Amino acid sequence: MASKSEFSGADSGAEWERFDTRQRLIRYFLTLGVLVILAAAWRSMDINYGYVASAPNEVMDLLTRMYPPNVIYTSEIVGPLLETINISILGTALAIVMALPVAFLSASNTTPNRWTYLFGKFIVSFTRSVNVIIWALIFVVLFGPGALAGVLAIAVRSVGFTAKLLGEAIEEIDRGPVEAISATGASTFQMFIYGIIPQIKPAFISVATFRWDINVRASTIIGFVGAGGIGVALQTNINYFKWDAVLTILIAILGIVLVSEGISAYLRGKVS
Amino acid sequence: MATQPGSVDGNWERPTAFYNRTTKYVVYALITGFVLYSFWNIRVSPDRFLRGLGGGVTLVSNMLPPAATPMQFDLMVQGIVESILMSIIATTLGIVVSAPVAFMAANNLAPRPIYLVGRSIIAVTRSFHELIVAIVMVKAVGFGPLAGVLALAFKTVGFFAKLLSEEIEDIDTGQMDAIEAVGGSRMQVYLYSVLPQIIPRIIGLSIYRLDINLRHSTVVGIVGAGGIGITLLNSFQKYDYQYSSLIILVIVGIVMIGEAASAYARRRVQ
Amino acid sequence: MLHVKDVEKVYDSGDRALKGLSMDVSGNEIVSIIGPSGAGKSTLIRCINRLTEPTAGEIWLDDTEITGLSGSQLRETRRDMGMIHQEFNLVERLTVMENVLSGRLGYMSTWDAFRRNFDSEDIATAREVLRRVGLEGVENDRADELSGGQRQRVGIARAVIQRPKILLVDEPTSALDPETSVEVMDLLTEIAREDDIPVLINIHEVDLATEYADRVVGLSDGELVFEGAADELDERAQDIIYRGGESRAERDAAKAERTQHAGE
Ligand SMILES: Nc1ncnc2c1ncn2[C@@H]1O[C@H](COP(=O)(O)OP(=O)(O)OP(=O)(O)O)[C@@H](O)[C@H]1O
Ligand SMILES: [Mg+2]
Repeated sequence: MASKSEFSGADSGAEWERFDTRQRLIRYFLTLGVLVILAAAWRSMDINYGYVASAPNEVMDLLTRMYPPNVIYTSEIVGPLLETINISILGTALAIVMALPVAFLSASNTTPNRWTYLFGKFIVSFTRSVNVIIWALIFVVLFGPGALAGVLAIAVRSVGFTAKLLGEAIEEIDRGPVEAISATGASTFQMFIYGIIPQIKPAFISVATFRWDINVRASTIIGFVGAGGIGVALQTNINYFKWDAVLTILIAILGIVLVSEGISAYLRGKVS
Repeated sequence: MATQPGSVDGNWERPTAFYNRTTKYVVYALITGFVLYSFWNIRVSPDRFLRGLGGGVTLVSNMLPPAATPMQFDLMVQGIVESILMSIIATTLGIVVSAPVAFMAANNLAPRPIYLVGRSIIAVTRSFHELIVAIVMVKAVGFGPLAGVLALAFKTVGFFAKLLSEEIEDIDTGQMDAIEAVGGSRMQVYLYSVLPQIIPRIIGLSIYRLDINLRHSTVVGIVGAGGIGITLLNSFQKYDYQYSSLIILVIVGIVMIGEAASAYARRRVQ
Repeated sequence: MLHVKDVEKVYDSGDRALKGLSMDVSGNEIVSIIGPSGAGKSTLIRCINRLTEPTAGEIWLDDTEITGLSGSQLRETRRDMGMIHQEFNLVERLTVMENVLSGRLGYMSTWDAFRRNFDSEDIATAREVLRRVGLEGVENDRADELSGGQRQRVGIARAVIQRPKILLVDEPTSALDPETSVEVMDLLTEIAREDDIPVLINIHEVDLATEYADRVVGLSDGELVFEGAADELDERAQDIIYRGGESRAERDAAKAERTQHAGE
């Protein structure tokens, strides 16, 4: 099969061609198809071309109104920023607590039976497929506006991701050491502490810190639907057109995102 | 096997990743303290928590079964179609813009100052959540899908330029030298040696990013940037939870199909 | 000491790995089990401490019948049986010291085990055992930093620190090079003699088996087909174990004939 395209050059004699005719046609039609879809998509969007034409100007205008950032406002966002970080930490911690049992259910070597396995897989894919902002909407309905709804939204959204990666780590466990530990007369729990935990610990730490990094970003926006954090302040300032304060907030967000990314990368580098 | 007590050292401490045990416990204590502080700080009263849990049962029963009037159904289909279209256009736009940024941010091609500019663009575009970008874009260009397209394209630039620049940094410079040696211009060098080396990866990454943009396009509407999101938000604000649950299920379905299709297409390409 | 009576093992897959096998190990003898691949050697060793559940038969260690033990009784009896594994089976990310001390887990409370709060007497013994297996000074190294031979020494130390009544050993050298194999076998038998305990050991190589064992047991297709002193393991006995009674000369002749026919 694979040799077909390799030797096709022989048919075309001395002339060298990168692709044979059939491949060329396929490529041509694929490209054409993509272009047609694009054109159709653009047309059917009913975009107001007045807006499009003025967009660059508007964006520039926005930028000039943002600069310089409002320095005095900085003191007012310390609280919301801390809340944002708190939400990300608590959300991640809660996610891990909830993800552990799910991970053991969704790992084929630790799940009790086929039904629990399917149940685990279902939780993993369902929580992952619903965006954090939708979870935030739901939890704001339940718990009212505030950080609690945010923590829960972040936690629930993270369960699937965390459980999936942890489950994969559990599936890769080497049975040998685990057996060897139980052969010494250790109890199930001791076997767990000495045989299983050391094997999944690196994956555990890197998954947790990686997810925390993602969650810091997520906790900056759940405020748009009232679930706490810096997003609330950001939305308010945008609605009142206080662009210099908006820039202050954006810079602050950039700061915490970069710092959390650095911390998370450092921690992941440490475990190996 | 006699061991005289005292003849051999009976103390042993596990070496830690920290400098010593005290540091380790201090670090653990700090982490625990911060988590507890976080918990205290968001002021969850058990009462409110329990009421929320009770509300959960009510909400779920209000959500079932998912339903929509014919008019709502049409609205939902329109929203979904708009989301899908937005994701396609944004992906294309983002890729086109990301190409020059990627070359700027590749340290084997770009001079130092340009490299730094390229890297900063990537860092900034990557750091902001798509909804933040969307909310700003809505103010800049008005409500509607254009804002969403711009926001998603902006995020696509960060993602794509980063991966692409890494790809460019990995390419075989021998081939570039070869073309330059036969007298090719810089542009020819890019066209004939760099591009062919990275095209398969570009296609794979585009499909992957299309999948991500599809996910995001379903929610940017929550801040007014087009797509199904606004319909979802409205249904929540009107307490029409049966409709909300239908929209959420449809979104989940679309996202799952998109993920599967993207995985399949990427396998075919590679 | 160890008394195996009519033990059978039928795997879920339907494989009859052991077909009613009986044998004894007593005193401080070194008994090696030999047999072709798939004969059931590993299955036998693993049935004794019930890492694999035998489907029928009795196994006695002194006055305890092992197959009927409940969970906690089984754990207590396992403390008396040290096991050494083919692939070492160390917990790679733990230190050598923790791997050795995990041999004492059966004697520790869960809470102490959780806090890694080992008895200072156990720690002293662990150092002593590490010295005996020639691994002084590496107790803080992680197990994955060691060479194969060193890892198997840690495996031996983990079994020895249990102060077992018997050592069960499954192909201790098949992951090692020939030179290291001899060192490990020397160490293993020396320690067993010093501590005055019997060893039941699976070996692939007949040479090693006859060199180190007092007694050899031959297994073939789940059945015991040979039992005798190491020097009784002659050509004839090996034919029975490895070739179902057909002598090497006979088999070669038959084979030659078959190929000849095939060639025509
Ligand atoms: N977990 C298992 N499930 C099903 N069948 C098994 C299992 N383990 C072993 N068997 C089968 O039982 C028989 C005996 O296997 P065993 O591993 O005991 O042989 P062995 O003598 O140790 O061989 P080797 O020298 O290759 O280690 C083989 O036919 C094998 O396929
Ligand atoms: Mg075996």
